[in-house]
Amino acid sequence: MEQDWIWGLVGGLMIGAGAAVYLLINGRIMGASGILGGLIDGSGRDSTSERVAFLGGLVAIPPLIVPLYQVVDTQVSSNIAVLVIAGLLVGIGTRIANGCTSGHGVCGISRFSLRGITATAFYLLGGGLALAIGRHVLGVI
Amino acid sequence: MRNFFAFLSGGLFGAGLLVAGMVDTKKVQGWLDVFGAWDPTLAFVLAGAVGVMMVVWPFANRRERTLIGLPMPEKPPRLVDRNLVLGSLLFGAGWGIAGLCPGPALGSLSFGGWQGWLFVIAMGMGMAVAPAIRAQLDRLDPAPEDG
Repeated sequence: MEQDWIWGLVGGLMIGAGAAVYLLINGRIMGASGILGGLIDGSGRDSTSERVAFLGGLVAIPPLIVPLYQVVDTQVSSNIAVLVIAGLLVGIGTRIANGCTSGHGVCGISRFSLRGITATAFYLLGGGLALAIGRHVLGVI
Repeated sequence: MRNFFAFLSGGLFGAGLLVAGMVDTKKVQGWLDVFGAWDPTLAFVLAGAVGVMMVVWPFANRRERTLIGLPMPEKPPRLVDRNLVLGSLLFGAGWGIAGLCPGPALGSLSFGGWQGWLFVIAMGMGMAVAPAIRAQLDRLDPAPEDG
């Protein structure tokens, strides 16, 4: 447990390196929701192959590292209603707000963007409230 | 070339999420659960990633083109508008109840079981209907600055 923060920091540096490559070489903001969303709603038609390549790396590289660990458990809920509602909220919310934790969070905060900082404040608030209500009031999560 | 570096970037992002433990939904919810057993790991992840990018942005801002000669991204709109706030609240609520945001959801697809797939399919459907919801929002309250 006391090592969690060290690995958190190391992983964070790797995430930052990924964002740095995407910005300095590809000239793009590394935002997971934007990269996927642009493929789904057709707004990213002019950069389809670059988006597919990024998502390919994101999906295909982590399983190569999984064997280094004894256990990798996402501990994700098996409640179908929770998964579907959460997925819809994340999909709709990130596209209306034009960004998620990677775009607004990592890439926005680091350039002192008012939009990125505001978005981060509100998704933290939304997450804290939803979890507080779902777990401590309703007891369903 | 461009696609190779996009793949590399996605791979670094995914590997970083895994190393950081951010594919573990309990860790993410542990950060958001200020009334429960609070887990500060996510703050270190964000600090590491933001720290790298704080060094990178001033360098990037001085350049007209990227290291392989592509155009740099356009300057984003400065406006904080209703869509940013409302969308972020909705996204946060979904993030809180499942402990997944788009990056880790995609990064854990290969080992996250059917639950991860169901979440990503629902997220994709949400992304597909979002433009229509956005258009509806703009009809209800047409703000001239909204783009």
